[in-house]
Amino acid sequence: MANETLKAGMQAYNAKVEKSLAKFPERKNLAPNRLYTPLDIEGFDYEKDLGFPGEYPFTRGVQPTMYRGRFWTMRMYAGFSTAEESNKRYRYLLESGGTGLSVAFDLPTQIGYDSDHAMAEGEVGKVGVAIDSLADMEILFDQIPLDKVSTSMTINAPASVLLAMYIAVAEKQGVSADKLNGTIQNDILKEYAARGTYIFPPKPSMRLITNIFEFCSKNVPNWNTISISGYHIREAGATASQEIAFTIADGIAYVEAAIKAGMNVDDFAGRLSFFWNAHNNVLEEVAKFRASRRIWAKVMKERFGAQKAKSQMLRVHTQTAGSMLTAQQPDNNIIRVALQTAAAVMGGTQSLHTNSKDEALALPTEDSVRIALRTQQIVAYESGLADTVDPLAGSYYVEALTNKIEAEAWDYIKKIDEIGGAPVAIEKGYIQKEIQDSAYKWQMEVEKNERVIVGVNKFQIEEKPIEGLLRVDASVGELQKKKLADLRAKRDNAAVDAKLAALEAGCKDENVNLMPLILDAVRAYATEGEICGVMRKVFGEYQAHTTL
Amino acid sequence: MDKRIRVLVAKPGLDGHDRGAKVVARALRDAGFEVIYTGIRLTPEQIAEAALQEDVNVVALSLLSGAHNTLFPRAVELLKEKGLTDVLVIGGGVIPDADIPGLKAAGVAEVFTPGTPTSEIVEFIKTNVK
Repeated sequence: MANETLKAGMQAYNAKVEKSLAKFPERKNLAPNRLYTPLDIEGFDYEKDLGFPGEYPFTRGVQPTMYRGRFWTMRMYAGFSTAEESNKRYRYLLESGGTGLSVAFDLPTQIGYDSDHAMAEGEVGKVGVAIDSLADMEILFDQIPLDKVSTSMTINAPASVLLAMYIAVAEKQGVSADKLNGTIQNDILKEYAARGTYIFPPKPSMRLITNIFEFCSKNVPNWNTISISGYHIREAGATASQEIAFTIADGIAYVEAAIKAGMNVDDFAGRLSFFWNAHNNVLEEVAKFRASRRIWAKVMKERFGAQKAKSQMLRVHTQTAGSMLTAQQPDNNIIRVALQTAAAVMGGTQSLHTNSKDEALALPTEDSVRIALRTQQIVAYESGLADTVDPLAGSYYVEALTNKIEAEAWDYIKKIDEIGGAPVAIEKGYIQKEIQDSAYKWQMEVEKNERVIVGVNKFQIEEKPIEGLLRVDASVGELQKKKLADLRAKRDNAAVDAKLAALEAGCKDENVNLMPLILDAVRAYATEGEICGVMRKVFGEYQAHTTL
Repeated sequence: MDKRIRVLVAKPGLDGHDRGAKVVARALRDAGFEVIYTGIRLTPEQIAEAALQEDVNVVALSLLSGAHNTLFPRAVELLKEKGLTDVLVIGGGVIPDADIPGLKAAGVAEVFTPGTPTSEIVEFIKTNVK
């Protein structure tokens, strides 16, 4: 009965508005409805759809008290130039109140080339720190106690090698592997689909990933063995629904691979973590976070029969959207990042990186990184957004949007299942095409002024070139080459060769877990390029086919 | 003049950020150009060779990793070595203003930074292609 009255009320309201539109027109191209009421969440069942925080289906968050106990981890992604330079930046961040580290590696490191490889020319130390061997890693974490900090490493194809180096540095500090906390990204599927730092073909890549799951479940129990990432999918142009759908489809593929390798789902699922983008549309983002938790909980419980609550929880790291920063009037980016931070916090993230205002121009300076970190601290301590759990629950709009994003994502997940799963959908270029189409649509909306980007297609001003950008010293490449030459002269090369030969034999036998062999090679100061070189030799390299 | 302008869109180096390159490639195609997109991770040598094989009028390089000062001039140099002196070379990506004069001196005709409308790139090519 109440609904009948409400429906009549809505009709009357809409009729009245329609009449006034000639005189008071609305803005064009608005995606949401004009108004949300209980009619938009008909059938809403609090206990089934939301439940309590820390309980299935985790819509309201993965912990019972969320930020009332402890704020999210303020984890700033950083790294550039040499290990020495980056070590300084990490210590600065920890002294400034950062609560976790996040290592950015340069592209040669991410693609398994040493700094003296021809493909590394011009790239050494540019987008992250150059790490060639354990010797660099020891410098990177100098005076940083690895039993006290948690460290996230954005490393995918060679994740096994960098994790082994981290374990080896910890050993030298007297910290055993079971005391280590952190994350490796280790998500190869999104590399094929959106980010591009793949090395090996899918099959051996999936083997390396399941080897890591298995090794860590026994030896590094508190390590997040994968960060299944929507961030880069979104950056490449995907919509909110596509971001979570394609990522959860990737997650399904990893769980299937591990089960196929003989693991029990509850033995590894609790260590799976996710990585979302915090984009500009605040309420859409909050709904996306909530929808993603509900979908993953259902996937793990219903599809994979996971019993432990931890296995059903979508724990997530978030980064604000780099692609939404503008090179024009860069100070405005501070405001964008603040809103994105608000979205991530109201969405219930477990950790957060905030981008700096100058990142559409260059790597951030220390000053601009401090503002980005302060943005998180202001949201945490001053805004009140962190004072109660899932504050937007029950909003007609946010609940309706959560349902809508969930439904759209399920449609994609079903479609990808029909294609044969995420690896096949990527192989066929389906996911890439969907992302590209969304990216092109966005760009055309901006160019037709249907979408306003402040300072870019509206409110432009004449600007002077920005000064004081961070520049990576061009000599880094030469410096790393020299370090490598010294290392190769100094180390026990016979031992290195023996460890690499053992690794090669292991690569050829699918039943061998490669992690212990990689760890042995790392301890002997085999370089990352040498270790990946052995794997390249046995596994071959992935060849992408690109369509427009 | 009837012949359609042929453009090679390429990403030198190791950078995988191809959103911009793909959007530009598609916009150029929609503007009536013949577009060849090479995909990511090409050496300057491979790009020059592709430009020769595909007989293009324009090479559009995209790079967001900061290696542009090394890789853009190298690509221009190799194009010249192959006798492709008439090819218009343009670049785009996260490129600080301070680097642009140097890139232009090295033979990159124009550098398009974030926020550039694709229509501007289309116009530039139409005006400057040889």
